[in-house]
Amino acid sequence: MAEYSAFSLLKNALSGNQDWKPAWRKPDPKASYDVIVIGGGGHGLSTAYYLAKEHGITNVAVLEKGWLGSGNVGRNTTAVRSNYLLPSNTRFYEHSMKLWENLSHDLNYNVMFSQRGCLNLAHTPAQFDDYARRGNAMRHLGVDAELMTVDQIKRLVPVLDVSGSARFPVIGGLMQRRAGSARHDAVAWGYARGADRRGVDIIENCEVTGFLRDGDRITGVSTTRGEIRARKVALAVAGSTGRVIQLAGIDKMPIESHVLQAFVSESLKPIIDTILTFGMGHFYISQSDKGGLVYGGDLDGYNSYAQRGSLPIVDEVMSEMLALFPGLARVRMLRSWGGLCDMTMDGSPIITTGPLPGMYLNCGWCYGGFKATPASGLCFAWTIAKDEPHELNAPFTLDRFYRGLVIDDKGQGATPRLH
Amino acid sequence: MLITCPYCGPRDVIEFTYQGDGNRERPQPASQDIDAWNAYVYDRLNPAGDHNEIWQHSGGCRAHVRVVRNTLTHDISSTAFAHGGHKSAARHRTEAKS
Repeated sequence: MAEYSAFSLLKNALSGNQDWKPAWRKPDPKASYDVIVIGGGGHGLSTAYYLAKEHGITNVAVLEKGWLGSGNVGRNTTAVRSNYLLPSNTRFYEHSMKLWENLSHDLNYNVMFSQRGCLNLAHTPAQFDDYARRGNAMRHLGVDAELMTVDQIKRLVPVLDVSGSARFPVIGGLMQRRAGSARHDAVAWGYARGADRRGVDIIENCEVTGFLRDGDRITGVSTTRGEIRARKVALAVAGSTGRVIQLAGIDKMPIESHVLQAFVSESLKPIIDTILTFGMGHFYISQSDKGGLVYGGDLDGYNSYAQRGSLPIVDEVMSEMLALFPGLARVRMLRSWGGLCDMTMDGSPIITTGPLPGMYLNCGWCYGGFKATPASGLCFAWTIAKDEPHELNAPFTLDRFYRGLVIDDKGQGATPRLH
Repeated sequence: MLITCPYCGPRDVIEFTYQGDGNRERPQPASQDIDAWNAYVYDRLNPAGDHNEIWQHSGGCRAHVRVVRNTLTHDISSTAFAHGGHKSAARHRTEAKS
């Protein structure tokens, strides 16, 4: 029987809510495991979950240097979409979307996935043409996409300035109606509980300080809680990839770590019931179920591991918000924060075996990792279990740069801050 | 963040364009050494700590500046003209993002 249900709610209410089990245990690390997953964020936890569920590998430890959910899984702006241009990205993210659509049932945990749509605004005829091209590419692969006129957009988001006198007049948009948002903490907790109940040890406050080696082969890790051995060591540390992989003696990667800021306003009555992106800058906004506007913009633009941002970007994001919504000028910002983004040279992720024997690598999520959480875990678990990639992550290799097989959705070239 | 341009003095970061890892060596244009080109175009040092990087004072004197900056604290410990070695093809950030 499902652990969380109307019946269990009633039963626990009658017994004074004294009998709920913690969502995951707090085990001490064992001396060895079959698989160690470094990083207790969304991707690490979903990897452990699918290792146990799909492949029956339950002798697994997830090592998290802080507390569960303290990294990017709790810092993102929760957009879930699959509106990409290139087939390898579209197929991967669309598979993720399908997993999202059933995730609450699969985990027996309400991740509050809300398919409220994602609308990219177009401000020039060329941009509108480009959106038509991308929409057609999506539909060609079975993903929903539709072009919207200004009148339709005006009905959908009345608060948006669609007048001809706007600084950058809106002339249309590309809508993916199945896109949406989810509650990011619930995703972490749901995967954690699902993995824990199948026998996975989730070990918090356990920072990896080095790798145990037998020649080239990785045979385990040394941590702040002692040495732990494993046949397979998998990295899912997102923005900290550079820092962790240096411990294995690899100095250079096709990755730069950048900081991305996010913002939330005071709570308002419902005014935006979709996810909107601005086409003349980098800005996106949605409204949470609590009423706060959740929004963000561009990277700060230089390498950083600081998890906090600088003021010029705050200024830029607010300007872009007001260009779209002059009526929000007096809304107060409540909080802002920063997260580390592992920006690759082509803007696409890396899920692969290697680069050392016994090591598996999941990184390069740029600032799109949240929507990938289910498919990333599914594909990474497959790669770890079978020592070969799932067909969906086969293009996401580490050597694709060397081999000239880059997946550059935006065509920006090897300038990570522009992806 | 203030960056001290060796020519103009301390200026706000918004006057500068970031060009990234300053340790890369650009091969000679006629070079057919694929490993060297791959390293130049795609491989980056990405340290958590002092980072040797190139900025251009694009909103000022347009000089390329070699900056040593800590990526954990954003403290800048030195700046100097970049001269010689590194010539980057990085463009100004005028692109619209979607």
